[in-house]
Amino acid sequence: MTTVGFDPGAIGRGPSAPGTLDPGAFDPGAAAGRATDAILHDTLHGTERGVVVDSPPGAGKSTLVVRAALELAEAGRPLMVVAQTNAQVDDLVLRLAEKNPELPVGRLHSSDADAYDKALDALPQVRTSAKAGDLAGLPVVLSTAAKWAHVKVDEPWRHAIVDEAYQMRSDSLLAVAGLFERALFVGDPGQLDPFAIVGSEQWAGLSYDPSASAVSTLLAHNPGLPQHRLPVSWRLPASAAPLVSDAFYPFTPFRSGTGPGDRRLAFAVPSDGSGPDRVIDEAAASGWGLLELPARHTPRTDPEAVRAVAAVVRRLLDRGGAAVSERSPDPAPLTADRIAVGTAHRDQAAAVRAALADLGVRDVTVDTANRLQGREYDVTVVLHPLSGRPDATAFHLETGRLCVLASRHRHACVVVCREGVGTLLDDYPSTEPVQLGTLVKFPDGWEANHTVLAHLAEHRVSWRP
Amino acid sequence: MSLIETLARLEAVGSGRAQPGATVRHRHVSGRPLVFVPLTTAGETGAPLGALVGTERDAPRLLVVPQPRDRDLRFAFLAELADVVLPYIDGYADLVEAAERSETDPETGKRVKVETELCADAPQIVVPSRTGLDHVRLLGRSTRFRRTAEQDPETPYPAPPRVPLLGRWLTHYGERSRVPGSSLLLAATDLLSRHWATGQSGLEDQHLGALLAWIDPPDGGSGAEAARRAELARDEAGQLLCPPAGPATDPAFDNKLLAPAFERYDRARTALAAAEDGPAADDRLAELTTAEREIRDLVLGATLPTWDAVWQGLDLLRALPEGAHVEERWTRDRWSFTGHRDRVTAGEPPQPRRDDAVTAANKLATREREQSRLDAQESLDDPLVMAGRRLNGEAFAGEVTEVVMAYSEGRRPSPRPLVTVRTDDRPHLAAGTRVYRSLNGKPQAAEFVAREEPDDGTDAWHLVLRIVDRMGRGKEPEAGSVPEKGDTLCWTLFEHEQRGGAKLPDPEETPWTHGGPPGEPAPEAPDAVTEEDVL
Repeated sequence: MTTVGFDPGAIGRGPSAPGTLDPGAFDPGAAAGRATDAILHDTLHGTERGVVVDSPPGAGKSTLVVRAALELAEAGRPLMVVAQTNAQVDDLVLRLAEKNPELPVGRLHSSDADAYDKALDALPQVRTSAKAGDLAGLPVVLSTAAKWAHVKVDEPWRHAIVDEAYQMRSDSLLAVAGLFERALFVGDPGQLDPFAIVGSEQWAGLSYDPSASAVSTLLAHNPGLPQHRLPVSWRLPASAAPLVSDAFYPFTPFRSGTGPGDRRLAFAVPSDGSGPDRVIDEAAASGWGLLELPARHTPRTDPEAVRAVAAVVRRLLDRGGAAVSERSPDPAPLTADRIAVGTAHRDQAAAVRAALADLGVRDVTVDTANRLQGREYDVTVVLHPLSGRPDATAFHLETGRLCVLASRHRHACVVVCREGVGTLLDDYPSTEPVQLGTLVKFPDGWEANHTVLAHLAEHRVSWRP
Repeated sequence: MSLIETLARLEAVGSGRAQPGATVRHRHVSGRPLVFVPLTTAGETGAPLGALVGTERDAPRLLVVPQPRDRDLRFAFLAELADVVLPYIDGYADLVEAAERSETDPETGKRVKVETELCADAPQIVVPSRTGLDHVRLLGRSTRFRRTAEQDPETPYPAPPRVPLLGRWLTHYGERSRVPGSSLLLAATDLLSRHWATGQSGLEDQHLGALLAWIDPPDGGSGAEAARRAELARDEAGQLLCPPAGPATDPAFDNKLLAPAFERYDRARTALAAAEDGPAADDRLAELTTAEREIRDLVLGATLPTWDAVWQGLDLLRALPEGAHVEERWTRDRWSFTGHRDRVTAGEPPQPRRDDAVTAANKLATREREQSRLDAQESLDDPLVMAGRRLNGEAFAGEVTEVVMAYSEGRRPSPRPLVTVRTDDRPHLAAGTRVYRSLNGKPQAAEFVAREEPDDGTDAWHLVLRIVDRMGRGKEPEAGSVPEKGDTLCWTLFEHEQRGGAKLPDPEETPWTHGGPPGEPAPEAPDAVTEEDVL
């Protein structure tokens, strides 16, 4: 499940920007439309070899990619699209097919079994192959960066779109950059940075540090490239956009596309007064809820916290939730596929899955921040990365991790956490060694964590299970 | 820290003794390693103060820089070090065996096998601690660009003849030590803490004396107490009983003993230079010799306990049987050694100061592949390591309870037997997840199909797997290629062998996103002489 498509132009014209259209007020549809037009203009008519687009969570990144791909194809420019995972590639192919069923599209895939989504086989205009030669001449060819790296061409593509470019590693761009003449790079700078499983300090500070993000290398060598920003998050509700913007994008603020009353979450079954029910009501009313368990140092798979997460999910389903949003006038039932649980580690996700199975809950997505990137749900339940920890490592403090977890929801986010994270943060100020020549990233994880924690404290429900 | 390591450390705290972290030795330990215990002077990064170095545990060679700020004395030290290290390295360069290597044929572009030679063994350098590795790297960096008088008669401060070559070898060893699982250059603390879990933190484990005290406490007492003594105990003069493994020295040693000794040495040197006649000079030379001997004794006193500790650590490691894949990884080290030997022989210039974009990306890719390979091989070699992976949900072991023959669909049906494994582990499986077992040393893959829950009154999981390969080409699987009921097997969720990554462009084809081609390779200029160099 990924972001549902929208048409920035249509929103500007349509009735969905609700009752706040007094002159001079911020019109999200118009602002997004202007940004999109400028990006497409630079992409199609600009003189630079690259265009960079920063997109906050849920700002219509994929929609932009699809639209740019269609316009480039229409202009007769052979296009390759580079995404980071097979799921992302398949999703883009499906969206392209939906927008223009006439356009022949090539899906280059690996030779593994189940290399691509079998839904593509049902589309007559999509040709799939493990060999780039079979797809030659098609107006658009899509694949993952890993697969593109094995492709050899005599004549480079005239144009490329690189999706999730901030999650792509510099060395991975190095392997594919010879395949295209110019490219549109789209991504979210606030999400998780790419990582290496071995130390890479020896290259820190080099403009082409292979473990850095593709965009940082690109801009270090080509500082004059036009950079754009999508200004409106269509996913995040009015209750979440200001916090996420302040905490993770303080220098490039964005707004929510909807106003305070446009999204509502209501439950048919009243609260039974338990911690999970109280935090659900708090989150439904304010968009945020913090279920705080007593302070304690625990192993990563803290059984109490895991059970608390599962209990919140169980009650979300049992209480007959209904979500009202700008998408439809009628309330949509809050079903299992509209709820996700986010954790920092895979073993935590596995523990939550087991706890949910014990409560008879299936079909709720439970995954780590890395895998939740780019996805969207109505309600998310997050196990706080620092909950129960005796120390705060760089991994757990990483800005992008918290940003991903706190920006997947359209309606409400419930965070489950042990008491004492504030003190833990104060005990562990950032002490990463300073590397000469590297760009210091602001805000750091320490500060972002404090900002989020301070906000969550206003929506705290203390609970002793 | 993994759950099993946390448990081992808790048990170490409880028992006061280090607990095994491995049942086999996961690194190659040479029969004749070169042990190198360097010391540096406080105040100037990487300024050598002295070292104990050698291949015989009862005959270390003591090298001392009696005045570390004197560049001539530093060069003399480096020349002496080269006299020990280079003959040791050369001793391995000529003993070769025939080998094959894949190369890309420049004409056809195809991969072809080329006959070549591979050094039969490789020299191994062991330093006490991780900071010792950095020091080796730093020595390499500070010497490989020096010019000798023979290379450049104009150079104002020529280096002794073999010092730049020493720098190139130390650089190669320092760089190789960053490759996971490599054994050309090892730190004793890393080696020991890989194989034992102590009741202290990873940071404290970098104190070689304390680490050894946990593993092998003197007179069999409590390791925790012995470690505390090793770290903190001082004599009545305020000096540590167990000097730190270096290269940095204890500040009390620097202030109370070393600084006054330097001062006496400097005074004696000034006096000697000012001597007016022969007899006076003789007296003052004797004073200088005495002052120098004092410093030598101090350096010896600060390095000898570490020297013994390194050898004690090597003894402990040698007592463990070698892991099954260690030999294979050591062969890669031998290739690395042979490759550098060839580059030196071919007269190539020293390693550049900075990697270019393509070299950096290639190194990172290699190291990531080696890390995955090391993780997989250590697990396969060692049931204790595998237990950690099982506890993590990355592997599971159990008994085969049922085998049902099945076939794939299609024109030529192939065997796809369904195997049910009963396990008490809790692997993180989803439908279609690939799992692997070792079959005659090769990985056999299966797909996870489903988890059955027969009511047998236990918590065990019954996992149905579909075997997908290594059963031969025929319709019926080859004998022994399908598990049988009653077999006890261990399956992993991680792959046993690593695929090679994509080929990166050549450096001269570096794309515009990475700054374009670096241009014609120019030999690197020697390091410029700075004010600090002529203090």
